[in-house]
Amino acid sequence: MPFEVSDLAEMDAPEKEYLWTLNFGPQHPATHTTLRLVLTLDGETVVNAVPHIGYLHSGFEKLGEHLDFNQYVTIVDRMNYISPLANEIAWHHAVEKLLGIEITPRCKYLRTILAELMRLHDHLLNVGTTGLDLGAFTAFLYAFYQREKIYDIVESASGQRFHTSYTRVGGVMFDVNNAWVDKIRDFLKGFMPVHAEVHRLLTRNRIFIDRIKGVGYLSPEDAISMGVTGPLARASGVLRDLRKDEPYLAYPDLDFKVVASKDGDCYGRYLVRMQEMLESVKIIEQCLENIPAGPVNIDAETHIVPPAKPSVYRSIEGLIQHFEVMMPNRGYTTPREEIYAATESPNGELGYYIVGDGTPRAYRARTRPPSYIHFAVFPHIIKGHQLSDVVAVLGSLNIIAAELDR
Amino acid sequence: MSTEDVLKSKFPDDALTFSQFRDNHRVVVPAAKLQAIFNCLKSDLGFDMLSEVTAVDYLEYEGATDRFGVVYVFINIATGERLVLKTFVNDPQPTLPSAYSLWKSADWLEREVFDMFGITFTGHPDLRRILTPDEFTAHPLRKDYPLKGRGERHNFPIVTRADS
Repeated sequence: MPFEVSDLAEMDAPEKEYLWTLNFGPQHPATHTTLRLVLTLDGETVVNAVPHIGYLHSGFEKLGEHLDFNQYVTIVDRMNYISPLANEIAWHHAVEKLLGIEITPRCKYLRTILAELMRLHDHLLNVGTTGLDLGAFTAFLYAFYQREKIYDIVESASGQRFHTSYTRVGGVMFDVNNAWVDKIRDFLKGFMPVHAEVHRLLTRNRIFIDRIKGVGYLSPEDAISMGVTGPLARASGVLRDLRKDEPYLAYPDLDFKVVASKDGDCYGRYLVRMQEMLESVKIIEQCLENIPAGPVNIDAETHIVPPAKPSVYRSIEGLIQHFEVMMPNRGYTTPREEIYAATESPNGELGYYIVGDGTPRAYRARTRPPSYIHFAVFPHIIKGHQLSDVVAVLGSLNIIAAELDR
Repeated sequence: MSTEDVLKSKFPDDALTFSQFRDNHRVVVPAAKLQAIFNCLKSDLGFDMLSEVTAVDYLEYEGATDRFGVVYVFINIATGERLVLKTFVNDPQPTLPSAYSLWKSADWLEREVFDMFGITFTGHPDLRRILTPDEFTAHPLRKDYPLKGRGERHNFPIVTRADS
């Protein structure tokens, strides 16, 4: 386990003087983000690893106590910036649960499509960079070209490529049109051959398999005890997927499989992610066929969402309603209650614990970040492996430091 | 038997408050009984995953009587059941037993609560600051810590190029 005092005493013993210490990070290309590891090495074998985190700590949770539910969405999408919309959807899922809002069917489908696009986005990055770190550059380029197309899709929905701030309490910022739906159809058509190509490049590639097969084994018991969720847990054989276990959004209506593996190593995680992408494509295709018509936001009579623009510009009632929603000293009341709500983000269970105090801003906005939980596992699974396996294991855990440190 | 019944029968004399809000099943327990309840949750009720440990500072919360609430979210992987457990601790020395011996995920989660709120966990193997630097003296998520304005930077040693 992470850092045990007994380990240290043992390493300081005179007969262990041949051990040496390597500082890995905070700025290292293979960490992808800013995190630091202090590795104790016996030759090239890692004896112990002590992570030091907090380099990107910027007080997001403190800010969450000072911004209202819609303003804070600009902060949450900077947490896991590899799949920003997944964070926004998780945040507003929690807020809407606190407020007791049932979003419209169209919004549910829209958010499901976006959440699954984000899963593709995240897994593409992970698969691509795992290849890149281990010397397979081509797969990385293929993956990033597809990510660029997802950026385009997100941009045409929200006007932003990256930090979209697209969701709102009770809906989304703008509705989408049919051209957007066609754009996703085009993307999916192009995506399938590329996915097959990455499969051909990596899955049976001898060098790639030698580098990751049997490396970083995590047993199902440890995975459960250490709180691991998402693709990591499923690669260890823990069958838990919140999309099935605690269905939210449009997931109850959709037909998809939970992908799992018994390997528990980096190769298993890679295979789970590759297969999950195909399931995501299936989900998106079903959503596109069945996306309902109708309003995307909840009724303006609830005084939670601003009314439609024509009504604001042309009627005094609309203007007053808009004013009531937008002014900082107005707004709606929240229940004086506490809620924990989680969604299945690409990385695992992304939960928010929100304490409402009657105002439209959280008294406490806690994030349960999957990266944080998963990085605690790292020292446990790297022990006994080679120094060159550090990048393979780090890659397979998919640590995003902005989410790790918040 | 449901979780509520088991806990009530095991701890009949203690004031365990059960409630439900939306789909969250919640229980508030006294801090003195926390270790015994942990043992019961792990061995009798099969809550094998501790998914979340966090705290709330109720300093400015209207009508609150205790200073800190510490929240645990447990999951029973076999049944998918979730339980949100809350306990209260107070100044001057908020202390709770660590859950590390039962759930390994408590390691970093409790370190974060210690770092952000200054709540100590007895029995934790390595209770150090995790997100803020070791030199840091405050606990930033406490409500009496301002959003901005208190200078932290002057507390850090200034390393010049000459003596680096």
